[in-house]
Amino acid sequence: MNSLWPITRASLAKDIRLEWRSKDALNSMLFFSLLVVVIFSFSFDPTAEESREIAGGLIWVAFLFSAIVALNQTWARELRNQVLDAYRVSPAPANALFLSKALGNFILVTLLEAVMAPLFMVFYNLRVLGTAWELIPVCVLGTWALVASGTFFAAMSIRTRMREVMLPLILFPLSIPAIQSMVEATRIILSGDGNPRFWIVLLLTYDVVFTTACLALFETVLQAE
Amino acid sequence: MKKAFPILAVLTALLLAYAFYEAMWIAPTERTMGDVQRIFYYHVPSAWTAFILFFVNFAASVTYLARKNLKADAVALVSAEVGVVFCTVVLVTGPIWARPVWGIWWTWDLRLTLTLVLWLIYVSYLILRRFSDSAQTPKLAAVLAIFGALDVPLVYFSIWFFRTQHPQPVIGGGGSIDPRMLHVLLINWLAFSCFAFLVCWARYRVEMLKRDVEEAEALESLLEPGATAAARIKVPLSGDSR
Repeated sequence: MNSLWPITRASLAKDIRLEWRSKDALNSMLFFSLLVVVIFSFSFDPTAEESREIAGGLIWVAFLFSAIVALNQTWARELRNQVLDAYRVSPAPANALFLSKALGNFILVTLLEAVMAPLFMVFYNLRVLGTAWELIPVCVLGTWALVASGTFFAAMSIRTRMREVMLPLILFPLSIPAIQSMVEATRIILSGDGNPRFWIVLLLTYDVVFTTACLALFETVLQAE
Repeated sequence: MKKAFPILAVLTALLLAYAFYEAMWIAPTERTMGDVQRIFYYHVPSAWTAFILFFVNFAASVTYLARKNLKADAVALVSAEVGVVFCTVVLVTGPIWARPVWGIWWTWDLRLTLTLVLWLIYVSYLILRRFSDSAQTPKLAAVLAIFGALDVPLVYFSIWFFRTQHPQPVIGGGGSIDPRMLHVLLINWLAFSCFAFLVCWARYRVEMLKRDVEEAEALESLLEPGATAAARIKVPLSGDSR
């Protein structure tokens, strides 16, 4: 157990260094979410008054789709040169691998949000009418909800024949309560009518339940042969 | 065991016929909705059966992860498949009833949405099983089934809160049910449960046979072509080999 953090840190540092040198995932994610935002603004009139009501949904759907791009690359990198098999036979704890991958994806998606959220505000001419600081817990908890279960299900889908196609098929149905919570909380904060507390608590519950389940079951998934 | 199957099949057929007769002719006609209300005797028992099967799926998945018992995995697969079929019946009969009674095909009401999300989760479970390699399918599927079960209460609370914030005007109030209707409903539920059990049993036997055949074929491909006959004798294709 005491080797959990050093190994997590080492694996995370390796992933960040790889990403820093190639910038594969970050660039494709940024461009992809830019495309989603532009296509949304053609599909839903951004100048309309209702756009404030649906902006919470649009912004999270854009992040969700772009996160899929990063999540799919998480494990694909480890399949080349049988790195995952090497990890499997090593005495390192399986959860260290999971945590480092989830934290790496968390950093990536947070970076993406930091760039895209202001752009979204500009394109849709949004102003926060509720309490703005409440967006921070919603962003942190929402991003963790996406990347924790997403990293886990990506490790599962990489084992299937369809690989990249499989991830959204198993991630989307299960993350429905998390997505609904993020969207509703964001909508309430942006439009300023109502209290987002219930949705933040539900999101926190989702995070706790799913993270616990991921940590408890990741070894089973890693060693499934 | 094999003799019990046709007996149960005949009993189930008789029970289903009796339940149909009760639902169509014996049950009193509902005062405001008329005959369309009779779909209730198919809709509700299907829903109960589907939920029971999804629970069986969860229990079997936990058993598989704890004991590594391949029979439990087959039970999990079978209950998810038949559960999805019954859940589909619920989702199809619901709108058929809702259209004349509520005036709309669908509403994002708590129970409707929950059933739809449940259906989506178990369809994704079946897709995962379909597209993963056979050696690791049981473990991955069992893990996904546990996540699905953990998800259900969260989905329930999210929809519950969402819908109490935006109440739907179309839903009628509660109220008591005529005891004769309840009687017919329970008979239909019994018939549907027997039918579901029968289908699960048949599907389970097919699944176990399929696995035996796959195992025998894998063993055969490892041996020399001349030795295939010996391999066949060593691995008999019956359901009792496990």
